[in-house]
Amino acid sequence: MSKLTPVLSANWDQADSFTIEGYKRSGGYTAVGKALAMKPDEVIQMVKDSGLRGRGGAGFPTGNKWGFIPQGDNKEHYFVVNADESEPGTCKDTPLMMANPHVLIEGVIIGSYAIRANYAFIYIRGEVTHVVRRVQQAIADAYKAGLLGKNILGKGFDLELVLHVGAGAYICGEETALLDSLEGFRGQPRLRPPFPAIAGLYAKPTVVNNVESVASVPAIINNGVAWFTAMGTEKSKGFTLYSLSGHVNNPGQFEAPLGITLRQLLEISGGIRSGHKLKFWTPGGSSTPIFTDAHLDVPLDYEGVSAAGSMLGTKALQIFDETTCVVRAVLRWTEFYKHESCGKCTPCREGTWWLVQVLKDLEAGKGSAADLDKLLDLCDNIMGRSFCALADGAASPIISSLQYFRQEYLDHLSAGSCPFDPAAATLFESAGVR
Amino acid sequence: MAYTNEQIAVMDSIIARYPRKRSAIMPLLHFVQSIEGYVTNEGIELIGQKLELATAEVTAVSTFYTQYKSKPVGDYHVGICTNTLCAVMGGDAIFDAVKEHLRIENDGVTPDGKVSLEHIECNAACDYAPVVMVNWEFYDNQTVQSTKDLVDSARAGNPIPPTRGPKTLRTWKQNSAVLAGISDGLANEGVQAGEPTLLGLKKAKGGA
Repeated sequence: MSKLTPVLSANWDQADSFTIEGYKRSGGYTAVGKALAMKPDEVIQMVKDSGLRGRGGAGFPTGNKWGFIPQGDNKEHYFVVNADESEPGTCKDTPLMMANPHVLIEGVIIGSYAIRANYAFIYIRGEVTHVVRRVQQAIADAYKAGLLGKNILGKGFDLELVLHVGAGAYICGEETALLDSLEGFRGQPRLRPPFPAIAGLYAKPTVVNNVESVASVPAIINNGVAWFTAMGTEKSKGFTLYSLSGHVNNPGQFEAPLGITLRQLLEISGGIRSGHKLKFWTPGGSSTPIFTDAHLDVPLDYEGVSAAGSMLGTKALQIFDETTCVVRAVLRWTEFYKHESCGKCTPCREGTWWLVQVLKDLEAGKGSAADLDKLLDLCDNIMGRSFCALADGAASPIISSLQYFRQEYLDHLSAGSCPFDPAAATLFESAGVR
Repeated sequence: MAYTNEQIAVMDSIIARYPRKRSAIMPLLHFVQSIEGYVTNEGIELIGQKLELATAEVTAVSTFYTQYKSKPVGDYHVGICTNTLCAVMGGDAIFDAVKEHLRIENDGVTPDGKVSLEHIECNAACDYAPVVMVNWEFYDNQTVQSTKDLVDSARAGNPIPPTRGPKTLRTWKQNSAVLAGISDGLANEGVQAGEPTLLGLKKAKGGA
């Protein structure tokens, strides 16, 4: 029996799943009526009781985040969706919004009602034009249907929803950088406290939630807390989207209860690329320490992955087989972090630059064994020393690859070059297209 | 070039979306690119006037984000993902081959102004690797040959359509207008999802 539990993805195989008619046909926009008939605090309590945790990487309980918004403060409140999906390997929110933008909008209405916000934003990355079209149309159709605007569903609740399109900056996925960007500044993280719940957008109480978190709310309202908590593990409740990519026979999106293992997902999907074996993988994007074939049975929930020395992150399972040079992979990720460092904090701006220099030499078989210690020393000097977690993310693949594959770094030095043939790792190598 | 009254009115409508007008700076920069193809000095001055900001403040924002271009790109701007996963799966080989094929480097434009090239970071389509974007539309599961064919078709003015996107590939300027929040009415075109997106659902329903 399959362990999969399609909820968010349940209607994606309908050709018109992204239209308001298609969404309504599969039961869409029934939760919003129920939620608006509840008191806002009851909605918050229900999301708290469900145990829903943020699906964007940090895993903070969504209902608690909503509960932090001060009430009766006579200030505007804002509800902001983080749709700036950019963490390397992460590819769940983008297909979700392409296939069903309305479930996100329904979640936005419910969340905004709960925290008493009358203005909401979806901050989407700018490099996905067709997804922008789909969300634009969905918002316009929701306005026409009386689901946005004044007096929604005749319940006296008003909500304006604006789609804000980014322009290619990974750092804007960090929630305070996102808010600076949305205010019209360079997207650079803010020092916290104050947290966005107290001083967020325009210094007003603000909730920032990931797409998948918000989109999970209508199903919780419709099916109840007991239904949701029956899935998952003790502290990681519910279902989630796992994104399988890389050297596998069948990459794709798999919606399953939290706590499923990579071994199970590989069995369901069709396994590692035929004729090859698993070498290393990320459990939740490039900012999460890598795992090896020793971690196939780690439960992929917040606690299980953490206990094994990494983080669940975005559940972006990037799979690499034995043809892949781990030093090359780590160098490329490090170049990414260097490029995307916003430059605000010196340890991150300078440190990621130096990490690239050292790794470039090592990948080319130059340098010395002492450089491996230099890498760790650099990581030690940037981790936890910046406003945001970008520098921590940059250190993760380096530290973990040295933990599991130190010898492979040394092999580059003894060979005087990279011992791997990059052509063997490509997907079209066997077809001879090169 | 001078902006028309109609274009100025569009800019005003973009500003009106937001509780505070400075928030409109990003869609306005996308809008300038939809008119002029890149962020011109004139566009920066106009945004500065509209938002009551110094040109230096607008430039500071414009130069922070890689999608805003300080010089013209091609009608078809090709981005090849060379972040780790796509690079390993073939993105590096594709990027090298296409540079050689077009005889341009990273950030280069072909002499006819049709195609420009850039290596890009992860574009949230890893289950379709290797990924190529043109004018930020998805071209999934690319090979060296398919990408060469793609850029050739774009140079010939008859580009191969996106894998998941509208039936016809629009130009850089046309797509920049969409990013500025101006609908082109094409949301209903193209698939709702590709095969990898649907694989889990198919397996859950007992499919092979």
